[in-house]
Amino acid sequence: MHHYYFDHNATTPVSAEVLEAMLPVLTEVYGNASSIHYFGQMARQKLDAARRTVAAMLGGSAEEIVFTSGGTEADNLAVLGVAQDGHVITTAIEHPAVLAATGECASMTAVRVDGRGMVDPDEIRRALRPGTRLISVMHANNELGVVQPIDEIAKIAQEAGVAFHSDGVQAAGKIPVRAAAADLYSISGHKIYAPKGIGALFVRKETKIAPRSYGGHHERGFRAGTENVAGAVALGRAVQWVLDSGAAEQAREAALRDHLEQAIADRVADTHVNGAGAPRTANTTNIRFDGVDSDALLIALDLRGFAVSSGAACSSGATEPSHVLLAIGLTRPQARSSIRFSLGRANSIEQVDALIGAVADAVAHLRKLAPAYA
Amino acid sequence: MPETTIAVAMSGGVDSSVVAGMLARRGERVIGLTMQLWNQRRLPELAPNGSFSKSGGRCCSLDDVYDARHVAQHLGIPYYVVNFEERFEQQVVKPFIDEYLAGRTPIPCTLCNNFIKFDQFLEMAEGAGAERIATGHYARLEWNPSGERWEMRRSADRSKDQTYFLFGLTQAQLARTMFPLGGFQKSEVRELARELGLPTAEKPDSQEICFVPNGDYAAFIDAYFREQGITPAQVRGELVTSDGRVIGEHLGVHRFTVGQRRGLGVAAGEPLYVIATEPATRRVVIGRNDELLRASMRVKEINWISIASPSAPVRASVKIRNKHGAAAATITPIGPGEAEVHFDEPQRAVTPGQAAVFYADDLVLGGGWIS
Repeated sequence: MHHYYFDHNATTPVSAEVLEAMLPVLTEVYGNASSIHYFGQMARQKLDAARRTVAAMLGGSAEEIVFTSGGTEADNLAVLGVAQDGHVITTAIEHPAVLAATGECASMTAVRVDGRGMVDPDEIRRALRPGTRLISVMHANNELGVVQPIDEIAKIAQEAGVAFHSDGVQAAGKIPVRAAAADLYSISGHKIYAPKGIGALFVRKETKIAPRSYGGHHERGFRAGTENVAGAVALGRAVQWVLDSGAAEQAREAALRDHLEQAIADRVADTHVNGAGAPRTANTTNIRFDGVDSDALLIALDLRGFAVSSGAACSSGATEPSHVLLAIGLTRPQARSSIRFSLGRANSIEQVDALIGAVADAVAHLRKLAPAYA
Repeated sequence: MPETTIAVAMSGGVDSSVVAGMLARRGERVIGLTMQLWNQRRLPELAPNGSFSKSGGRCCSLDDVYDARHVAQHLGIPYYVVNFEERFEQQVVKPFIDEYLAGRTPIPCTLCNNFIKFDQFLEMAEGAGAERIATGHYARLEWNPSGERWEMRRSADRSKDQTYFLFGLTQAQLARTMFPLGGFQKSEVRELARELGLPTAEKPDSQEICFVPNGDYAAFIDAYFREQGITPAQVRGELVTSDGRVIGEHLGVHRFTVGQRRGLGVAAGEPLYVIATEPATRRVVIGRNDELLRASMRVKEINWISIASPSAPVRASVKIRNKHGAAAATITPIGPGEAEVHFDEPQRAVTPGQAAVFYADDLVLGGGWIS
């Protein structure tokens, strides 16, 4: 049986060029990048080159890039490193890596979003108060793909003299990202075809930030721990691919995504695109199938060889209604009827057409069984 | 590959593990599903020493999910955890508490079977692509071609028989259900588990009601009340004798069940028992053992399994509790789904809210709720 993957917002495979770049580092460039000798210098050279590439994508300088273990650590470092003792403004639809971290700050305000999942910058402005240290607004949402007006929000932060962080984990590789507007910007390797275990935080030079881990003087003292050189090289290579080929791939995925949305709208009654009408990343669509239990639909699709996602996984592996879908005004049953499809490089038109057929069949089968839906 | 897919409800215990293993071994297309029913962290005060132990008898703890997943991985079958927490609270936990407060003694396992496992879970499994579900219940199912009905029989291992909790299953549900363990002794199931190399082969059996730690329902209900902001003053009431004398106070009708002797907190010359609870006045009536005897009872919401709904009186052995020995009785239908049951010998502690299940030898005729 085939297994087609439509869950690229969860994670991506490591691409061939990334693997090729990182594999020799593991066995040949094994020096500790802090060491003074030849081996250390070779490692340092790889690390710095990767840092420059990441900086090029984010529009900063190499010294402003802190490598981390991933998006969560980058988000935690930004939020807690800047605002733990103060007030932080965020949104109701952030990833838990930001939401849970803001919950550890002295106080936090989570502003609402509209029915499309868009933040109103004026709401951010109204939430400002004397003790506000940080505004953290994600660039693109993981579940809806909705892109926030971060340039405008950055301006508000700048006028108020408050640091601005943006979680760009779901934006990098999907839309142009320039951290120029943000003081802090998080990215993750495994969302852009690098492996799990590497991420980066852009930290603008003037930003006042305290480390969250203590040890050696790695990463300008912001992140103690021997550098993951192979991971950084992988991230650098993945970012280079985005710089070289990202725009063309985004256009290709946008066409597939639009085809998927259109075909489902045509073939399946009573569906709605969550986040429709807002600017969205090219690869993501989140669709509500009225009267259908998303857990059952997800399993039905998986058993037919199509991997999609629904809701947020809790520790047991069961799903809970997504806080993002509830935040855009969906009822719990509506949130429980929604499926996220996130496309990626390996998806072809043939795969998408097969997916459309499987969704139409599975939804028809599920609705036939649900007596409430007739 | 077989044409049909069977979804096994896997709890992480040895019984449902063996069901999955048996079916997979004989070449069936099997998927494993675990229902997340109750959040064990919800009422933390019930945990011993404020922590969560690894003790059995707890539903859907992470340890149980881990075990179920481990078995599925061992067997190489697709496995999913499905979230039924909201449905379980609405359809099982709340009614369980409401029943107690209404002066009845509920059976959450039957509610769970009727409204969750063989209803919404069955529907979800079918929606996901399974034609039938299989569970680790100890009961036997057989198609009777002449009667054109699915018949249910007590399990071969009488000490494990769970038919008392399954009386609510309809013919439509039974047609899509398998109980592969019904013909086995528990010891044989353990042996099969070892033979299949299942990681749960030596796991102790779970006990009591899955979401109630240590079977202490009163503590569970008290904790739930505190979570919901219900104060002790709202549930406290009087202990009275059957002739109306107030002889003490109690901490809530949910702490009493008909026939109970312990924990009344009153001393008397002769043993005293709970005769009835009166939720409207929050009174608990106590009296002598002979006041507990009943020669008849009314049973409602009857579901007939192995026979069609009778129009004339039926002779049967009737169980009024899971551990009850089944007493000879005559069941006289008095309306749709309702009957008057006359015992040959008066029975002690006929308890409203419990199930009455009718048997002819090992055949389960049907059952209903004692009103």
